[in-house]
Amino acid sequence: MSAARDDILGGIRRALRRGPLSADQAAELTERIAAHRRNLVPARAAALDPAARIDLFVAMAEEVQTTVARVSSELDIPAEVARYLAAENLPAELVVAPDQSLDAIPWDTRPLLHIRRGRAEAQDAVSLTPCLAGVAETGTLMLASGPGTPTTLNFLPDTHIVVLHAGQIVASYEDGWDLLRARFNPPPQAGEMVRPTGGPEGADGAPLLPRTINLITGPSRTGDIEQRIQLGAHGPRRLHIVLVEDAPSQV
Amino acid sequence: MQPTSHSFPANARAGLADPILQTALGLARTGFPQRRQEAIARLPEFEELREQGRAIKDHALANLDFYLELYERNVTAAGGQVHWARTAEEARATVLAICRAANAKIVTKGKSMVAEEIALNDHLEANGITPVETDLGEYIIQLRHEPPSHIIAPAIHLMKEQVADAFREAHTELDPARPLIDPRALCDEARTVLRPRFLAADVGITGANFLVAETGSSIIVTNEGNGDLTQILPRIHIVITGIEKIVPTLEDAATLLRLLARSATGQEFSSYTTISTGPRRPGDLDGPEEYHVVLLDNGRSALLGGEFQDMLRCLRCAACLNHCPVYAAVGGHAYGWVYPGPMGAVLTPALVGLGEAGHLPNASSFCGRCESVCPVKIPLPKMMRHWREREFAWRLNPPVYRSGLRLWAALAQRPALYHALAGTASRVLGWAGQLRGRFRSLPFAAGWTAVRDMPAPQGRSFQSLWTEQQRRSERRR
Amino acid sequence: MPEPARAALLVTCLVDLFRPSVGFAAVKLLEQAGCTVDVPRAQTCCGQPAYNSGDRADAKAIARQIIAAFAGYDYVVAPSGSCAGMVKVHYPELFADEPAALAQAQELAARTHELVSFLVDVRGMDRVAAHWPHTAAYHDGCSGLRELGVKEQPRRLLASVEGLTLAELPGAEVCCGFGGTFCIKYPEISDKMVTDKAAEIAATGADAVLAGDLGCLLNIAGKLSRRGSSTEVRHIAEVLADMTAEVPPIGAPANPSPAPRERVASPQGEPGEGARSSRQFAPSPRPSPPVGERGF
Repeated sequence: MSAARDDILGGIRRALRRGPLSADQAAELTERIAAHRRNLVPARAAALDPAARIDLFVAMAEEVQTTVARVSSELDIPAEVARYLAAENLPAELVVAPDQSLDAIPWDTRPLLHIRRGRAEAQDAVSLTPCLAGVAETGTLMLASGPGTPTTLNFLPDTHIVVLHAGQIVASYEDGWDLLRARFNPPPQAGEMVRPTGGPEGADGAPLLPRTINLITGPSRTGDIEQRIQLGAHGPRRLHIVLVEDAPSQV
Repeated sequence: MQPTSHSFPANARAGLADPILQTALGLARTGFPQRRQEAIARLPEFEELREQGRAIKDHALANLDFYLELYERNVTAAGGQVHWARTAEEARATVLAICRAANAKIVTKGKSMVAEEIALNDHLEANGITPVETDLGEYIIQLRHEPPSHIIAPAIHLMKEQVADAFREAHTELDPARPLIDPRALCDEARTVLRPRFLAADVGITGANFLVAETGSSIIVTNEGNGDLTQILPRIHIVITGIEKIVPTLEDAATLLRLLARSATGQEFSSYTTISTGPRRPGDLDGPEEYHVVLLDNGRSALLGGEFQDMLRCLRCAACLNHCPVYAAVGGHAYGWVYPGPMGAVLTPALVGLGEAGHLPNASSFCGRCESVCPVKIPLPKMMRHWREREFAWRLNPPVYRSGLRLWAALAQRPALYHALAGTASRVLGWAGQLRGRFRSLPFAAGWTAVRDMPAPQGRSFQSLWTEQQRRSERRR
Repeated sequence: MPEPARAALLVTCLVDLFRPSVGFAAVKLLEQAGCTVDVPRAQTCCGQPAYNSGDRADAKAIARQIIAAFAGYDYVVAPSGSCAGMVKVHYPELFADEPAALAQAQELAARTHELVSFLVDVRGMDRVAAHWPHTAAYHDGCSGLRELGVKEQPRRLLASVEGLTLAELPGAEVCCGFGGTFCIKYPEISDKMVTDKAAEIAATGADAVLAGDLGCLLNIAGKLSRRGSSTEVRHIAEVLADMTAEVPPIGAPANPSPAPRERVASPQGEPGEGARSSRQFAPSPRPSPPVGERGF
């Protein structure tokens, strides 16, 4: 270990007038972490029933210039995407996340839409991705990186379209963290010796998050010139959510 | 950067006399507080969240060694590398070594105050590497070769005309006759010019708003998306940040995130909150192949356990700057180093020395607005007063001020003499000022009467009148 | 009407030297609120200049003097949020490292109040019998507002003043730039702050401005008169105690004679420089009737 590391940690302990934490103290902190105790979660979204939560999500998202189109089935996605691109005067060409959750979208119903699956490249103008969750309290999307969900799709193209299922809308960021933990590192069930997904592990057996979690709340913006908000500073100018209301809330 | 905090009064005068700066500050002076007020009015739990935010940071600081070690283990387990830097120099050297090992030519940067603190750009340039600031405000001031004047809005001291001038000078490949008349056009031009740099960069450097111990993650909060392009496109991502950014869990981060954007820009949530854990994973189609975190101390650990520990809670949201009437009067450059406003008035003396930065904690009317809006309730005025106590104890104040203060204090501890003098002063000044009711100039209060009248005393001290009145009523009894 | 109580007036050094009428107004209001009022002679200043200059030793010595001088009273009341805040908030901080003195400081802090919040919150006063035909802007002094929570109380009592209309002052919670020694150490910055304040006051169209701290008021009055403004500047206590006819506004020459009640506006332009009567304005020692009995 480096001298700098030892000096800094030693300096911290000297300043705090103590040595390294005792085993008991360390165990207490480890327990604090493992408990994932929530601090105060605002009532704004937590107190709502699923339908009201969806409405809040949409209202909060629209407040920050996200556009939302509600469709009743995954089968409607191609039509909605075609409509949106035409309405925004954008080319009928998009790069779609190679994630299996999007495999069932019947793109062939709109043969004029040119679809490529993969990561985003510099010339891509429009992307379409799935997401992990929508957080109602601020109209925030939660996206996780992975082989099927490259992060470049969320930032390089000018227009980012996100497929969100109504059942994915949760109340709070904390609900989102729970979802992440369940998805990527479910805790072992009683009597179970091996983690069900066998995903990578962090230190001390802690869950390992995906490389990148993006919490996205509206399109890219800047107020750096005279505090006048401009959309599309470096990331997407447009963020469009196709909200698929095909299942009752799972949360 | 070489601090000029010792010449704060001259810097401040320059700021006050700069009409462009004053116009720009005029926009910020009401805009930021109003937007923050609107945002917190919508969240009834905001005050309780501030209290919890403070407790979270205090807990993390009290166990900083434990959480840093856990964080390091988790970064390593995720395939990243943690580098510890005691000083600015060590941090610069570490970043340079990583860049050199990658044979880097172009380095893109997300906005990082720690990078400003260690003057990273100068060091990279001196070693043949081109740093490209990608936050619009940072890009503008990089073109103008000046430091940021605000910790979240680096170019807040400029109006669009100065930005247009900087762009015309720098972007010589573009049509000189192009109109650059509004922020939209300027923003688009920056986007167009910077996009190829993002794609060409070998290394991307960002700061971190939080480090999460339980997951080994760094979190950045931005609105432009530049921080994300900076970290996902190059082969190497370097996070450079201070050791005090640690929080235990994602739950703790969520609480602080609820405070951050509302306090900073008055947004409910910033556009992009990005949680990064290690480098690209097997099967990933993008993302950096290397993930490095440089943890900077640079005097921070020495603040623990003392009267300035509370400063380590700072989230760098800039609410204290946005609500400070002194900042609004003089602008950020007057403070003469990286961190301006109330948080800078406390932090700068700790980082560059009280001899250099002694003015900063003095240049406050102690109006307390900074503390009242701080999302983690840092007692900024109290800590400025602690600096003044050190200054007084170390005899760093001007001798005239010291002796005047001591003389007054001696008098204040002798009530009989004090009342006699106050009575006389009141009579003399009251008599001298009775015709106009005020003085247009007073030789011993020239600083006051240079810019405002001095209302005349009414002519008798309260104590003398009260004593007289009490005597009269006693005689009557 | 609450129980009778013994209150001690913390005069404050600025009121003592510049504007005793504020002290007498405070006494009158305290008496109206059922207090007998004493003015300890052993007080000079609360020690804030030393405290805020980092001179902790002198600040402590002065604080000890105040703690001794104000022992035994039910309440200690200051016509200033800044000085009351010094005693209430900062004395306990000052003695944090001296347990014995800390207990005394905390005991004093618990009894100490800013005048207007004392009248409303402690003595239950909800109106005053006063007449003052003006449109006034109210500036919230920083310490009173942020250290003591004085915000609604002055507005509530002012709402009962006959003839008075309150004008909303944008930036009422922003510092005027006085800041004690701040205005001497950084005069240009202080000037910028009070210039902004004066401009905001002017923009309200009010013909008067009120506050609860004489420091702010001297600063604001000095700036307004330098700008040639005729806006009347007063401490709120003078208005609430209905003593405005007895004393000219801050920075204005004395009235040739007590102004009649019917006067509806402040003097226009530069105030005249005519002969002035005696500056003797201490109210006659007649007992003031309690506010509740006066009514409207």
